[in-house]
Amino acid sequence: MASAKEIRGQIKATQNTAKITKAMEMVAASKMRKAQDAVLEARAYAEGIKRIVHNLMRAHPEYKHAFLTKRDEVKRMGLIAVSTDKGLCGGLNTNAMKKAFAVMQASKVDVDAMNIGRRASQAMRRFGVNIAASVEDINDAPSLDEILGVVQVAMDKYLAGELDEVHLVYSKYVNTMTQEPTSMRLLPCDDSDVDESEAYWDYLYEPESQVVLEGLLRRYIEALVYHSVLENKACEHSARMVAMKAATDNAKDIVKDLQVTYNKARQAAITQEIAEICSGAAASA
Amino acid sequence: MATVDVLVATAEREVYRGEADFLAAPGAAGELGIMPKHTPLLSALAAGELRIHRDEEIDEVFISGGFIEVQPDMITVLADTAERAHDVDEAAAIEAQRKAQEIVDTQQGDVDYARAASELSIATAKLAFMRKRKNQK
Repeated sequence: MASAKEIRGQIKATQNTAKITKAMEMVAASKMRKAQDAVLEARAYAEGIKRIVHNLMRAHPEYKHAFLTKRDEVKRMGLIAVSTDKGLCGGLNTNAMKKAFAVMQASKVDVDAMNIGRRASQAMRRFGVNIAASVEDINDAPSLDEILGVVQVAMDKYLAGELDEVHLVYSKYVNTMTQEPTSMRLLPCDDSDVDESEAYWDYLYEPESQVVLEGLLRRYIEALVYHSVLENKACEHSARMVAMKAATDNAKDIVKDLQVTYNKARQAAITQEIAEICSGAAASA
Repeated sequence: MATVDVLVATAEREVYRGEADFLAAPGAAGELGIMPKHTPLLSALAAGELRIHRDEEIDEVFISGGFIEVQPDMITVLADTAERAHDVDEAAAIEAQRKAQEIVDTQQGDVDYARAASELSIATAKLAFMRKRKNQK
């Protein structure tokens, strides 16, 4: 049995670990609330542009933008993978990357990966996927500018015909305990929920419709990706909070066990000492 | 008097939500004035100021471009960046304008030039917006 002193050292170390994980848990909790607020703040724009693009898909049968036109054959696919920069957030990234690889395998074509977050870059590199663009060190309050580069690469490659489809994989925030790895098709735009039978009407356009459509669709794609990054942030912090809470609880359990062992060792030492004194006294008598 | 709901939002946040009885916006093809019950319209916006009239009050929001969607009972402005009048910092605007002008003057790559030219127009519009507000006070 380890000596009482050694066990005391272990207890101290484990308690320190628990303090750190507790602090990280609280930091994550406060960041999580901010990230949730950011998702809500961004909702107005996202819903506005979604509604407009929805109207446009219906209103514009004679002019089809490339972003709305499905290609007959998909030869190469783009994948925008959203992940966190740091670890210590449970299985969040692992699950998202599993989803990403499932999407890639299902497509059966070569893939260009565009990564948001360091973990995605690492996963793609490890599995030998061709990486077309990466952005890392995303701010805790992400701004649109940070992710524009990646989205631009995806749209340019799509327009140039290098990619025939672009998908997006990210973690969707359901609640604090649940984050759902989610995939969606970004390009060509998903028009499955457009109802052709609704009454036909069209906007007045200024300047001409093509210019407006082009600009709006670009912003639509950007808004979708930006929104997924915000959701992913909320996921990251809630997953980290839960992981750190589990770590703190575990550390406390270990401390409890160690405490018992320590008491036993101390008792054994005392008993032994008394026995020695007694036998010493008996011998000298 | 009839009013129309107005929503001004950037990708990052909601800037303004309320009712208006008249709205003036810097359309790409010239200034737009919109009253309630306007026919559906979709327009690109240039850098400039958005004026939202409600009774006697006027709210001003600076935008550096974006889109406006008009429905008879609802106006949605999707701005690239939007700043409420009191957020616009004149010093920052002048600095941005100077920097953009510098790049335009020393014209290197086409991409740089195009970006600088657009930045310049935004900075100039921002400054005009600031000066006008100052004169009003």
